[in-house]
Amino acid sequence: MNLIAILKVAMRALGRNKMRSALTMLGIIIGVGAVIAMVSIGQGAQQMVSSQINSMGSNMLYVQPGNMMQGGASMGMGAASTLTEEDVVAIQREIPTVAHVSPVVRSSGQLVFGNQNWFVQIQGTNDQFPEIRSWKVQEGDFFNEADVQSASRVIVLGRTVADKLFPGMDPVGQTIRVRNLPFRVAGVLEAKGQSMVGQDQDDTAIVPYTTVQRKLAGRTIPAIGQAMVTGVSETGSKLAEKQIADLLRQRHKIGAGESDDFMVRNMADVAATSAQLTTIMTLLLGSIAAISLIVGGIGIMNIMLVSVTERTREIGIRMAVGARPNYIRLQFLTESLMLSLLGGLIGILIGAGISRGISGVLGWPTLVSSLSVFVSFAFATAIGIFFGYYPAHKAAALDPIEALRYE
Amino acid sequence: MIVDTGRKVNIAGPQEDSGAVIRVERVHKIYKMGDVEVHALHGASLSVNRGEFVSIMGPSGSGKSTMMNIIGCLDRPTKGQYFLAGQDVSKLNKAQLADIRNQRVGFVFQSFNLVPRTSALENVELPLVYAGVGSSERLRRAREALAIVGLSDRERNMPNQLSGGQQQRVAIARSLVNHPSIILADEPTGALDTRTSTEVMEIFQRLNRERSLTIIVVTHEPDIADYGTRIVSFRDGRIKRDVPVESRRDAAAVLRELPPPGEDEDDEQ
Ligand SMILES: Nc1ncnc2c1ncn2[C@@H]1O[C@H](COP(=O)(O)OP(=O)(O)O)[C@@H](O)[C@H]1O
Ligand SMILES: [Mg+2]
Repeated sequence: MNLIAILKVAMRALGRNKMRSALTMLGIIIGVGAVIAMVSIGQGAQQMVSSQINSMGSNMLYVQPGNMMQGGASMGMGAASTLTEEDVVAIQREIPTVAHVSPVVRSSGQLVFGNQNWFVQIQGTNDQFPEIRSWKVQEGDFFNEADVQSASRVIVLGRTVADKLFPGMDPVGQTIRVRNLPFRVAGVLEAKGQSMVGQDQDDTAIVPYTTVQRKLAGRTIPAIGQAMVTGVSETGSKLAEKQIADLLRQRHKIGAGESDDFMVRNMADVAATSAQLTTIMTLLLGSIAAISLIVGGIGIMNIMLVSVTERTREIGIRMAVGARPNYIRLQFLTESLMLSLLGGLIGILIGAGISRGISGVLGWPTLVSSLSVFVSFAFATAIGIFFGYYPAHKAAALDPIEALRYE
Repeated sequence: MIVDTGRKVNIAGPQEDSGAVIRVERVHKIYKMGDVEVHALHGASLSVNRGEFVSIMGPSGSGKSTMMNIIGCLDRPTKGQYFLAGQDVSKLNKAQLADIRNQRVGFVFQSFNLVPRTSALENVELPLVYAGVGSSERLRRAREALAIVGLSDRERNMPNQLSGGQQQRVAIARSLVNHPSIILADEPTGALDTRTSTEVMEIFQRLNRERSLTIIVVTHEPDIADYGTRIVSFRDGRIKRDVPVESRRDAAAVLRELPPPGEDEDDEQ
């Protein structure tokens, strides 16, 4: 069989109805584009998460009040917390595998310096924060234990906040006002960039948690939202997870069989949760892509049926001069395959463009994997053959005389 | 030359096979249209020797086209046998019939049947494509065939850029490009004026004389039938008359007699 001749005829047939061919390919374009964009964004997100987790230290644990099963994971500010300052101290004191513990008390407020002001989320914590988050101080110093004990009005700024309040100035040693109280700027943290959900981690200010509770609190004293714990080592942190749970159950007088009023989560859990989310998202988008591909395939089948009908007489002529039924079948299969493959190619380009665009906006490292390109092409091919087969078969089964007589 | 109806062929027997390139024996063709059966051929027998030029005549609906389609392997008889060059082709499958149409038969239709939006050259190349001939050989042979019908200067034209006579000449070039032994033409001049009809018949006569091609032409016009060597008449699916042409016409001579061609018809793009 003469493949070049078949390709030439196919190209001419599709080129004759450019608009129709383009519209027919649309379903495949959207489906493949969605697959490519989805896979590359999903992979980017996963890469982001794992690099974040690595940067936080994989042996870090979170202790949170409440229990996710009871929907109490995030207690509002001021709500009675099941995680107390004493719990945090006990974890530090009684568990030998724990290296560092720091509580987190959240607040927020307007920071004012001269005529500059900036609204930030304020984190109240202790002096072990830089160790636990492996977050270095770039200028000045972090506050110390004494500052925590005395609830001093010292503040450490994230890079973004420092740049906003002190453009072209050294913030260290300056005094800013937070909720009308003067705070001394002790230091500036080094830039950390965006978090895995696209939040600027440097848009933050850190003060002793005691200061939040005693100086910045309004009518209610904000409770400890969570405690961050690091183990002495990776294995130490696994041990610590169990020991913290035992300690807190004992301290909270939780009997056997009763459920915990706190949660200890390690970074592997966090990673697993985010992986699960990614999987759900992938499945969701994947099914949209699959539906789109099937709809696209039906579109191809429809147009190929129209094409066979339109070209009935031409088919008759070709048969009359010696085209075997198989040749006719191959001719029409080639045309539907061309539609689906071209659609797939355009879809890959568009999908790559979309993922590139999203990575630009969110700062995610997206990448178009060769596997997803290969899978897309395989899908497009399968669709071209599957949905092109029936029209091609119909063409091949035509009776030459009737086809020649067709008006 | 076999003069009488099919019965004579029967008597002839297998030893005469070498002479008859076409041997149709008591062929029936029945079309079923719902409950109605149309008996298009009623036990027609026909034998044609190599190098004959047969004109088929008969009223509309008498089964001429049906017979041509069977001879050309476009269709299969409901009953009866058909031997093409001694080979029984009545039981071949679709692919085998396609190969026979491709290799041994050339078809010319009343309505030209060129592939639209495809140049004259590519139309002529078509049978060679299906024969698996390489592109340079295809080009050479297609050009040769176009030269035979006098259309070398029109090879790039699309069918809609050719006059009816030119289109029919392209179709004839296509029918002979694969060097078949038989050319079948079903009312090839039905859509043409006198002059172009004569031109087409001149090509057939030339092919018949110079290449000993077996030619069968269906026509309604006695003038056209007289270009052949033998006239077979159909009626109601049977052959009623089968006679040699007494005074055969010479198309080349007729063309010389005709007034000079209206050049504008041939030159229109
Ligand atoms: N495909 C078909 N289906 C049904 N009847 C047909 C078909 N082709 C031909 N016929 C019938 O068979 C008869 C012979 O037709 P045909 O061979 O085309 O006649 P002719 O070519 O001599 O005019 C006619 O009555 C015609 O109506
Ligand atoms: Mg007819």
